[in-house]
Amino acid sequence: MTPPAMATIVQFENVGLRYGTGPEAQDAETLSDVSFSLQSGAFYFLTGASGAGKTSLLKLIYLAQRPSRGIIRLFGEDAVVLPRDRLPGFRRRMGVVFQDFRLVPHLSAADNVALPLRVAGMSEGDVTRSVREMLAWVGLADRAGARPATLSGGEQQRVAIARAVIARPEVLVADEPTGNVDPEMANRLIHLFGSLNRLGTTVVVATHDLHLLSRIPSAQMMRLDGGRLLDPTGSLRYPPQQGADAA
Amino acid sequence: MRTVARRRPAAARVLDEAPGLRAMTAVMAIMVFLTVLAGALGLGTASAGSLLDRQLAGRLTVQVVEGEPARADAAAARVLAALRTSRDVASATAVPRAELEALLRPWLGGDAEEAGLPVPAMIDVDLRDTSDAAVARVAATATAASPAARVDRHARWMSPVGGLMRSLTWLAAGVVLLMAAATAAVVVLAARAGLEAHRGTIEVMHMLGSTDLQLARLFQRRLTLDALVGGIAGAAVALGVVLLVGGQLASLGSELVGGIRLGIADWALLALLPLGFALLATLAARWTVTRALRRTL
Repeated sequence: MTPPAMATIVQFENVGLRYGTGPEAQDAETLSDVSFSLQSGAFYFLTGASGAGKTSLLKLIYLAQRPSRGIIRLFGEDAVVLPRDRLPGFRRRMGVVFQDFRLVPHLSAADNVALPLRVAGMSEGDVTRSVREMLAWVGLADRAGARPATLSGGEQQRVAIARAVIARPEVLVADEPTGNVDPEMANRLIHLFGSLNRLGTTVVVATHDLHLLSRIPSAQMMRLDGGRLLDPTGSLRYPPQQGADAA
Repeated sequence: MRTVARRRPAAARVLDEAPGLRAMTAVMAIMVFLTVLAGALGLGTASAGSLLDRQLAGRLTVQVVEGEPARADAAAARVLAALRTSRDVASATAVPRAELEALLRPWLGGDAEEAGLPVPAMIDVDLRDTSDAAVARVAATATAASPAARVDRHARWMSPVGGLMRSLTWLAAGVVLLMAAATAAVVVLAARAGLEAHRGTIEVMHMLGSTDLQLARLFQRRLTLDALVGGIAGAAVALGVVLLVGGQLASLGSELVGGIRLGIADWALLALLPLGFALLATLAARWTVTRALRRTL
């Protein structure tokens, strides 16, 4: 079967990242020579052991970090030299589920979910309607007024996911989104991501839970080990080849 | 969804009640209170100085000093007649001898002339032209009429008082400027404290696509509101104090001190000070926050 022609939405070429500038940092690149491209509308799992560089790679994608070297193209533009004042426009096209949720503690669940829409300048009426629908979608309609501290880990996770997807981003980046929830909730969340992906959103999920990979049959996998992307040409394919990626 | 529609506007809720920001209200109340007092002093002394200048600029006193009262009165009459013919003189009036004696009585008692003390005859002169040349011509006219005539410009002996008024005005203006600078510094510190207290929220907002300006508006809205509330409270108390002190000054009945009074424009200017300080807080907050955010990605 011939893969459908898809636009490249994220492209890394020989990207390296090191934190710090001292001599001790010279030999300790967090990411080294990472090259790959993500196609619009596809679903990717990013796997690897703890410390492999998954979070750092995601940070480069969602523009929380600039690379030390290499080229990153987002939505067809060079993100490395992107002026600071253009970053907000790019970030609004992406949704991020942080590993530690990063909910604003003094805001209710509803207000947290509403943040991207308010940042984008949506009217309060539309914000209220969208937030209500989104909280119902993640099963938290009755927890709209609750502050994060009163929510369980799983509920906080779902609020974080709702916030990430409410503005219908072109790319959704999730860092260990199932790390704090039970297996049943993990399945529900992954299916939620799958639903969003079917609506056209490119999804990148970092996880070290290999069981999740089987939940999205069409997903592709990227594996990181010691800051290097393993076999990107073999693992990055669209659509995935049956049985070719049992690892 | 009840929480979305209630309480403060949505944008205002993004920042919580950090203690550093709330303290701003009390600090601004004190700052504006002191600034209004300093401003009132400056405007009052400027008004008194201006009144003094207007009153003294065209006035002279001509003294005719003769040992014998009869000769002094005769010389004074000649001088008075000569002055009234001068085109530089608007009016010339001899001060009645009884009035002079009344002026001297507290120091010399009621029998100064009997004791042989020469009491000069005096003539009050209002000038048409207040220039030095006109004063010189008037002085020449007086001494031509009587060599015993001496001319005193009121402006000369009252100039230290005028100088004091001007000094107080400048001092008050300096204090107002210092208070404005201190207020800006307080706002900068409060904004920095707010940035530190809300670092996590700011990072999240940035990642959600907030611009620096959107974030700066959150802080400037909060700080401006605090500055305005505190400023209005401080100004209200200060204006009450000014009103009270003004009443006490007026009750003294002193022509000099009574000149220290505020006009309608002065009151309006003082009442507008909280708005000026709120604007200053807005600008200082925006400058501080945008400058700090530029150092982040």
